[in-house]
This record gives sequence, structure tokens and C-alpha cells, in this order.
Amino acid sequence: MTSRPGSGVATVRAELVASRVVGAYQHLTLLAPEVADLARPGQFVALAVGGPTSATLLRRCFSIHRVTPDAREGGSGSGTVELVVADAGPGSRWLTQVPVQGEVDLIGPLGKPFPLPTEAVGCVLVGGGYGSAPLFWLAELLRERGCGVEIVLGAASRDRLFGAPQTSDDERASHGVTVTTDDGSQGVKGWVSDVLPEVMARADAQVVYACGPMAMLRSVSELAAAHGAVAQVAVEEAMACGVGVCMTCVMPVRSSDGTTKMVRSCVEGPTFRGDRVRWDAFVDGHAVVPADAVGAPVAAGGGGH
Amino acid sequence: MVSMTVDLAGARLPNPLMTASGCAANGRELHRFFDVADLGAFVTKSVMLGARSGRGTPRMAETPSGMLNSIGLQGPGIDAFVDDDLAWLASVGARSLVSIAGSDSEEFAEVARRLRDSSSFGSVAGVEVNISCPNVANRGLVFACDPGSSSAVVSLVRSQLPAEVPIFAKLSPDVTDLVTIASACLEAGADGLTMVNTLLGMSIDIDTMRPHLGGVTGGLSGPAIRPVAVRAIWQVRSAMLTGRLPVAPIIGVGGVRTGHDALELVAAGASAVQVGTSTFNDPTAPVRVLRELEQLLEDKGIVAFTDVVGAAHPS
Repeated sequence: MTSRPGSGVATVRAELVASRVVGAYQHLTLLAPEVADLARPGQFVALAVGGPTSATLLRRCFSIHRVTPDAREGGSGSGTVELVVADAGPGSRWLTQVPVQGEVDLIGPLGKPFPLPTEAVGCVLVGGGYGSAPLFWLAELLRERGCGVEIVLGAASRDRLFGAPQTSDDERASHGVTVTTDDGSQGVKGWVSDVLPEVMARADAQVVYACGPMAMLRSVSELAAAHGAVAQVAVEEAMACGVGVCMTCVMPVRSSDGTTKMVRSCVEGPTFRGDRVRWDAFVDGHAVVPADAVGAPVAAGGGGH
Repeated sequence: MVSMTVDLAGARLPNPLMTASGCAANGRELHRFFDVADLGAFVTKSVMLGARSGRGTPRMAETPSGMLNSIGLQGPGIDAFVDDDLAWLASVGARSLVSIAGSDSEEFAEVARRLRDSSSFGSVAGVEVNISCPNVANRGLVFACDPGSSSAVVSLVRSQLPAEVPIFAKLSPDVTDLVTIASACLEAGADGLTMVNTLLGMSIDIDTMRPHLGGVTGGLSGPAIRPVAVRAIWQVRSAMLTGRLPVAPIIGVGGVRTGHDALELVAAGASAVQVGTSTFNDPTAPVRVLRELEQLLEDKGIVAFTDVVGAAHPS
């Protein structure tokens, strides 16, 4: 597999150089200098699973946890891409079981990265479960720009947190990280939305970045708006291809002209401004087509769907 | 060197490999991975008269060696398509096989008329008439399930397009007698046939005990359906060879992942091959399959691709 020069995306057979368990997740480090050099926080990669004759055809998409660009190593071809994978089904299970030195077919970076503020402003980063994976890399870039950064991590239980302090030494070293768990097994018992208003006030937040389940992104978007901050959310939609051709990962998003369209989260996202997403159209994490969306189905007899 | 050129009812193509409608968007996305002008033809996503949002989500369910989709013909509408997508395909030198759809035969005809009148029509190698999409409201009345409806759509589309631009009717395998439908399409003026569209299927989420897809049912595609495509092509080609149908080119589609798979469809009677769902796994699949097919023919000592079309039939 190849891709065309200047296309901004690379297709590689990436060697797995490290694979380790982190709580309920598997942390993979893949040698993919072409991808590492191009990637920015909020972007993702699409991985083929099960080998070349696999009956599991659809790619699995994961946000990039962090990269170590080739350039830092003097162009020695050692750039790596790190991913956090949850064993959620046969495809991701296969990925968690690839042996070190094994190869994975990888396309990336894909999608739009998180937009970064042009001025040094207060930022709050919110991650749900392993949705927090890209936030630490993002935090580094924001701090480099002089932004104040607070992080909020939430999950159902302690083992499903990613990147949270694990020991009391970690806790002392992790100033600016607030943890919530539904069952109270670590941090504040409750949801990220319970602590977010206080954290936003403390950080004087102008931008709130979030990645995680749809219900959490909606709540973060609403709380950010109430605080007068801009929410930038990265969605976790089911994608079959990741490259913009299958049309399965659509969601209703309002354009700058006010019209709502069903847009592909892989190419027009996965990062969206929170106030542009039509959260009212989501039921149990799935999107129905809003009646006022461009080309929405009309009543029988009108050439509907 | 194997000669890979083909003539599909007057459309002369440098090779027989194409994308499959609905599996390649309208070109720009895959152009990041390969030059879309390297294909025999680029088959666009089915375009209707107006903009369509498609269905809600989930729109996809993975199945063994395949997937179900219920996209619902999402698209920008013919006017935006010709101004934006078709003009772009023409600008990079691609030959387009434009897939059109409609809720009734008049809509098909109007889409064909606006396509004909567009400034980039010169880049159109042919028109594929999608009378077999399962993801429409009247799915129980898919045009391609009824010879009369198929005939009405094809003849109206034919009347809107110049004779030198071939039209291909895309057929559903979900019918009692495929040869009857193929016959109706060819008699109504189709220059060729594309076989097959997806099969109607369904998946149930056993956690929620509800249908998995937002659209409840969906189209099954991928390598799982390849034997169905081979059978359909074989049946229709046989009917042509025995004089029950006029001889016309068949574009084979259904579960092609490798050059080996493509040759199977060709030996059954396909004069060209589309690669669909496999593109989701490997965005370069259409051109990779072309290379693999060419190598396979060379290894077999074949000098021209056209020599193996229908080779599996008794001579």
C-alpha cells in the first residue's frame, strides 16, 4: 500500500515496538515515522485487523495518544505513534494481542486536529475513559504556547481511567488533574460535569477540549457555553473506513451559515466545535436526522427515504 | 504485456477496473491514495435530483467477510454533483461512470437530463442506472425487482442521453428470475448490465434486543457475497450465449478483494470489474486488484484481457 506524495496521509506497515497493559486498556507503540511526522493532537489512525485474509474487513479507528516525531531523532526513521486500545470486540482484541515486533497495517494521520488558541488563554481538557488518550499531548502543546491547562478525567471506575495518577507520589506530581469515577473508586464520586464548573472557574477557561462518549461531550459543550467558553470536542463515531468513502460515521452538525448537514466525522471531524453539534438529535448515542437538516426525509409521497 | 483495454458498448477504457458505486465517494478522498485516472472508470456514488441527508445512525454493521449498510443514498443532488464532483473528476482526467438514482422514473430521467446538459459531460464514459438500491423508502418495490418498473426507468433514461453514451442497469440479486429482469432492461435500451447490488440483510443487537441498524434492514456487501455475484453473472451470460438474451457487456461487482477474485467474475462473463467494500479495508484496492489481475493473466500466458471474458462457459 502506498499513498500519494503531498496527500497529508501515509499508509504503512507499522512494526509494534511496545505493547503494555494500562488498567483496562492496552497501550501500543508503533514505529511509523511517516505518520508521526504529520500528526497533530485530535487526529486518528485507521488500523486493519486480523491479517491480510481476515474476515474482519472494516478498519478500527483510534485517536493518537502521542507521537515521537522522526525529526527529534535526527531523521533516523524512529518516529513512533502511540495508541490506547480498549478490548471492545474481535477487531480491537486482535490488536491488543499483536506480539511486539509484529506488524500492523496503519493509515494516518486522519481527520482534523484540535484547533489551538492563538493567544495564551486558560484551557480545560476533559477525557472520558480512554478518550483522554490525546489530551496529554495536547496539554504539552498548549503549555508550550503559554496556556494554563487543567485536566479532568472521568470514568465508570478506577481501572477505566486513562492517564490518571496511580500512586500518592503521582498525585502530588499531577497538579491540575481532577479525577471523577462513577463508583467513587478514585477521585470524586460522580461525573466530570459535577466538577467541571469549578475547574473552569479556577482555570479562567476560554477553551474546553473534550474527548469521550457522546453524552459526556454534550454535557461538556453545554457547561462550557454556560461559562462563556468555546468547547472543542473529538467524537468517537463508528467508522468503517476512516478515509471518507463509506459514509457510515455521519452526524448532524450546524454549518457557519446555520444549516444542519449530516457530515462525516472522519473527514470533517473528529473534532468539532461543541456548539455546532446537534446534540438534540442524539438518542442513546446514535443520531437521527433532524427534520430541518439539508435533504432530510420528508413525509410519504415526497420522495422520502 | 497483457492488453487490458476493453470496449464496453462503445465506452473504450484502458483497463477493466472500476470503483463500485457508494464505496468510493466521488473521487477526492481516494485520490490521496492513488491517481483515480489510472482506473478504467471511476464509478460515482448514486446521485439523485435533490440533496439527501441519508439515514440516521448506526448505518453500518460488520458481518463475517462483509458488512451491512443503510446509508440511504446520501448526496448533494445532481446540480451540486455536476458543478463540483464531476468537474473535479474531469479535471484530473478520470473517466466517470456516473451512477444515478430516483424515487420514480421521471426523477431518473431528470437526473440524466441535467447530467447530459452539464459542462463536464464529456468526461462521462457511461451512466449506471441504480434501480436496485435497497435503502430507499419503497424498498419492497425496488425497481429491479419488477420487469415493468425496470423497463420504464431504463427507457426514460435512455431517451435523455446521446446514443454514444452507454447506460448500464445495476441489478439486484434479490429476485426470483434475474434473466427476466435483465431482458426487460436490455429491451428497454440498456447497453449493458452491472451485477450485483447488495443483498437485503439485517442484524440484531442482542444486548438491546433491537435491530442494529438505524434503517432496520441494510445492504449486505463484501467477499461474503462474491459467490452470489459469480452465479448472477454466470446465469445472465449463459442466457446471452444461448440466445435467450441479446449479447451485452456485463460489469461484475460483488466481493472482489484480489486479482484472483476479479478473474472469477470475468471468467463467469464480466467484461469489467468493480471493487467495492474491499476499498474500506484497503483504499488502494481498485488499482491493486488491477495489478494483480494483470499479473495473473500474464502468468497464465493470456495476451488480452478480453480473451478470458466468459471463459468458464462451455464453448
